[in-house]
Parts: sequence; C-alpha cells; structure tokens
Amino acid sequence: MSKPVLRVQDLALTFSSQTGGIFSRRERLIRAVDGVSFELSAGETLGIVGESGSGKSTLARAILGLLRPSRGRVQWMGEDLTALDEEELRLKRKQLQIVFQDPIASLDPRMTAGDIIAEPLWTFYPNMERLQVEERTRGMMKMVGLLPNQINRYPHEFSGGQCQRIGIARSLVLNPRLLICDEPVSALDVSIQAQIINLLKDLQKKLGLALIFIAHDLSVVRHISDRVMVMYMGQAMEVSDKMDLYRKPLHPYTNALMKSVAIPDPDLARRARQESWLTGDMPSPFNRPKGCTFHNRCPFRIKRCQADVPALRRMEDGNWVACHRAEELDLSI
Amino acid sequence: MALLEVRGLDVRFDTPEGDVRAVDGVDFDVAEGETLAIVGESGAGKSQTVMAIMGLLAENGSASGSARFRGKDLMNMSPKELNGVRGRHISMIFQDPMTSLNPYLTIEKQMAEVVMHHQGLRRDEARAHAVEMLRAVRIPDPEERIRQYPHEYSGGMRQRVMIAMGLLCEPELLIADEPSTALDVTVQAQITELVGELRKATKMAIVLITHDLAAVAEISDRILVMYAGEVVEAGSVDDIFYRPQHPYTRGLLASVPRLDRVSDDELQAIPGNPPNLLELPSGCRFRDRCGEATEACRERPPVWTAEGGRMSRCVLPMEGGTIASEEVAESTEAPMEVAE
Repeated sequence: MSKPVLRVQDLALTFSSQTGGIFSRRERLIRAVDGVSFELSAGETLGIVGESGSGKSTLARAILGLLRPSRGRVQWMGEDLTALDEEELRLKRKQLQIVFQDPIASLDPRMTAGDIIAEPLWTFYPNMERLQVEERTRGMMKMVGLLPNQINRYPHEFSGGQCQRIGIARSLVLNPRLLICDEPVSALDVSIQAQIINLLKDLQKKLGLALIFIAHDLSVVRHISDRVMVMYMGQAMEVSDKMDLYRKPLHPYTNALMKSVAIPDPDLARRARQESWLTGDMPSPFNRPKGCTFHNRCPFRIKRCQADVPALRRMEDGNWVACHRAEELDLSI
Repeated sequence: MALLEVRGLDVRFDTPEGDVRAVDGVDFDVAEGETLAIVGESGAGKSQTVMAIMGLLAENGSASGSARFRGKDLMNMSPKELNGVRGRHISMIFQDPMTSLNPYLTIEKQMAEVVMHHQGLRRDEARAHAVEMLRAVRIPDPEERIRQYPHEYSGGMRQRVMIAMGLLCEPELLIADEPSTALDVTVQAQITELVGELRKATKMAIVLITHDLAAVAEISDRILVMYAGEVVEAGSVDDIFYRPQHPYTRGLLASVPRLDRVSDDELQAIPGNPPNLLELPSGCRFRDRCGEATEACRERPPVWTAEGGRMSRCVLPMEGGTIASEEVAESTEAPMEVAE
C-alpha cells in the first residue's frame, strides 16, 4: 500500500452536558471519541463499525473539522487540519467530502437533482460557465447510475436508493480525494443496499479515493473494506485486515458483533442461537466502566479487565487490538 | 378455520398525481399460534396490507375485500366494534419506538391506561400487570424503571416496552411492523430472540413485516413475499429459503450480505428500482428487474399453487404446482385446477 494520505493521531472529542436544576447545576463530560489513531492510504477503504453511541459519526465529523477535536491531530497530506482556521478548512473540503445516512432527509426537497449535485460547484467555482456546470452535473449523474434526463426532477420523485445516488454524485462533484460515508445504506432496503455498496466500490477503484465507510453492521462493510476498525464507547477496540477479522476476530466485542448478524438460513440461524452473544446495552456515557469499557458485557472478562484500561497494541500479524487477553483467546469462526 | 383470513384485499390511495394501487388482490391466512412473515421492499404494500386490516389507513386511502378474524369481517365493523378488537384481541407494534411512545407520559401511565381501558383493572392491578410484562421482555428493575419517561430508555429498551405494551392484553394476534429495523444489529438480535421466546411461551399468532429476509429466517413458520402490491410467492420458511421459486425471492436472498460464507464476491444486488405504483408495467410487475424475463412476461403471469399455501406468481413453472388462473384464485377459497 502507498504512503498514507490521512493520519489520525490520538484524536479525542469531549461534549459537555449540563444536568440538574438551577441550584444543583453540574457539568458532565461525555467522551464521545477517546484517543483514536489510524492511517489511510489513497485507494484504500477503512470500514468503521460499532453500535449507536460508539462515536463513529463524531469521529467522522472530527476528521473533517465539522466538529473541533479536544485533543489529537488529523494530518491530511502531511498538513495538520486541526491547526487550520475556518476559511482554510472550508477550502480543504474540496478534497474531503461526506455522504450522510438518510438519503431523503439530507437533500433539500425544493431543489432539483441537478441543483443539488451542482451546488458545491457554484460555491467553490462561482465563475464557472453555466454550460460547463451542467455538463459536469450530467456526467456525475451518469457516473452514479442516474439518467442525465432526470436532472430537473425533485428528490420526492426518486426512490431512497436513487436519492443516495444523488448524495454520492454531490459529494464527488468537486473531485475529492477522501470520501467518508456515514451509514450510507442503513436506511435502504436490503435489495438496494447491495447496489449502493457495489457502486461505491466501483467509484473508489475508478477514482482512487481514500474511503471511510461507517456502518453498524459488520456484514455490510465486509464487501467494501480493506481494513476494519471496531469502535466501542469512543475507543477503537480492534483494527484488523479484513481477511483476518472475518476469519479470526481478536476482540470479544468484534466476535459479539459478528454473532449478532442475522443469517438468511433457518437451520443455521437456529443453531447459531445456541451460542452466547452480547447481553445488555452499552453503558451510559456518563457512567463509563472502569478498566476496559467493555468488561461488564464481556463473557471472557477476568479481574484485571475491571481495573486496567487495555491499550490498543499491535499484534504479531500487524493487526491492532485493545484486549488484555487477545493472545490467549481463540475466537476463530 | 384460520385465525385470520384475508381475501381479495385491495388498497387504493387517492393522490394529486392519480390513483395509487398500493395493495392488489392479496389473499393469506394466519393460523392460530403461527408466525407469518410478510417480506418486501418499501412500496411493496406490506404495511398498507395490515393497516387496512386494522382500519388504520390514511384519510385518502380506501380498502376493499375481506379480513375475517375468528370468522368476523374486520373490514365491515363499526369503529366501535373495531376498537374492541384492536388492543384486546389484535395488537400492533410500529417500526419507530421513539415516535410511538408519548414523551410526556411515564411508561407506567402509558401501559396502565391500556389495561384499565380494555380489561377494567384498577390502577394498582394495572401497574402490577405492567411490571410483570416489562419483566417478561427483560427490562431490568421493572418496578423502578416503570416510573421513568421514554427518553430515559435506550432505543432497544423502548422497543421492548412497545412489545410489552403489545402483550398487555394477551392478544391472540400480534402484528409487528419492522420491529427491529431502526435498531443496532446487536439489539436486533436480542429482539429476534425475544420474539422467538414469546412464540414458544404463548399461543399467540404473530405477523412480522420486514424488508430483510434474514431477520425472519429463525422465527417464522411461513413467509409471504410481496412486490408492487401483489403477493409473488408464499410458502413455508423452508420452501422460501431452500426452494425459492420466484426470481424476486431469489434476488432478495442473494442480496443479503452474509458472514457465514467465506466467499468475497461482489454483492448480488437486484438491479433497478421498484416500479412507480402510478404507472405499473403491463404483465409481470417485476419483469424490468428480472434476469429471467422473456416475451411471455408481458402477459399477466400465471399463479402456481400447491399444498400448504405454497404459491408463486411467475411464468416459470413451480415444482409440484398447478396453475390456478387469477380470477379463480381471487373468487374462491380453494383454487380450482385449470387445464392448460
């Protein structure tokens, strides 16, 4: 793999929340992202997976500077984005783009598909010729599998899958180098999810994009990722090569996420039910467990897990894991 | 006699763009204690099918056909009669637990109201019953948590509360519309397990509506696959997963991303999009997206039927099936055989 274009180092983001009445006001801190590090190369896809509240979307926004991190660095092509001011950051967005989860809610219902896709061009290149903009817009529509003659239609005239194609065309119209997709298929029918995943995979190959693909489901990121990062309560629990992760997960939480995926086969599904998996909910962010944040739900916990925070460390095969027992556990599928 | 018998159900919506045929000639039965899954993409008509049966269509909607619950047609009932059935004999759980609960009322108030209304229990009895139901869906510390408001619950717990509310009056039929779609996979797995346990522990019949075949593999007895307002295939859970007949069913199965297989091929998508219900294609409604479509698909496809409610609507012959013509299938309960 070539030299990394994106280098995220010890990135952390803390929200503060006011609770209590007027006379008992307290400020409580939520560590939404807590010391995440990774690298990403051009043409590479990193899948990020975790339950709601694990900090995936906050991490994405902190990387793009849409939220200001409280600690750590985001280096893009060697330049530290966290040191830039608003205007410098705005200009960087030509290179760094995002696709959102809800394809219908994220499009302005009063704009035509063409206007939605072309808007970033008007913003960044106000002097561009009208004809040139239209040509580029039609080209983008074709590239994402929409018919260029639908350019004057409104979002409500498209299906959910087509709306997500519009969102992708808009995010690619400026020719970015990094694309972050934040749960781009979670709101779509299963039959349409595969279309969008295959489309993103093709576009990435064609354009040599660095891609971050966020999902709450390990089965969805499998087909598109080169490496997968599993997040829990703001921390990276495992970052592994795709082939290794799906064959032999290192972290018990990864294992639990894999076991939660429904199997489209009645006999296998009934048999899989016998095995144990994740019980309970993720703890409240105000009430972080001491030691390993996952220990209260982990079937493999030992005493040490309740006291010591496991560091994310590199294993012999080059994969990363934050678990005291990674060497001794065999979680092979 | 089946618990619920639906025959020739049509649902139309009057919209500014024209008449939308959301559900078109749907027939199915739900036996006592049976779990039936209705599967299809958005716009397939699966939710509108049950909304019509429950008398909950939007104002611009109208329904015809019959839906006999223990022999009585729900679609001919007065609103008052229907209110007596809904909640008490049939209860329904909606997709979004965030918006189906009243944010201004405690869980206790919302749950107790249901049983006080339907079963005439006193407040303290109603409360005890509600606590028992919360315990059944495994809400920790139910005595404490029943005093809380919906926002103090996580998404998965709210959906458990919805299920507990659905169970309060011990209905004979529970209808769940995408009960786990908006939730994390881990919570989806927990809800699936819970529904599986309820199936075993009670004699309640369940209708599950979903766009995800994988989600119902483990917990359904029979499956109805809908496309563009019609049932295109029906059969036992084993028929649908191991012997799918209709190309649409096979497409749905192939598009599920799987972890239990080592292969790393491209995901199989169903190409294209569901048809616009205002401009339905002539003949087979799936033909524009079907890899096996031929000239013959421009005509209305035949309906193949076999023992045990097995059915497929396609020119491709169904193994062990016979052709029942459209009209015959709609007008009589036992489809007659028609010579080719």
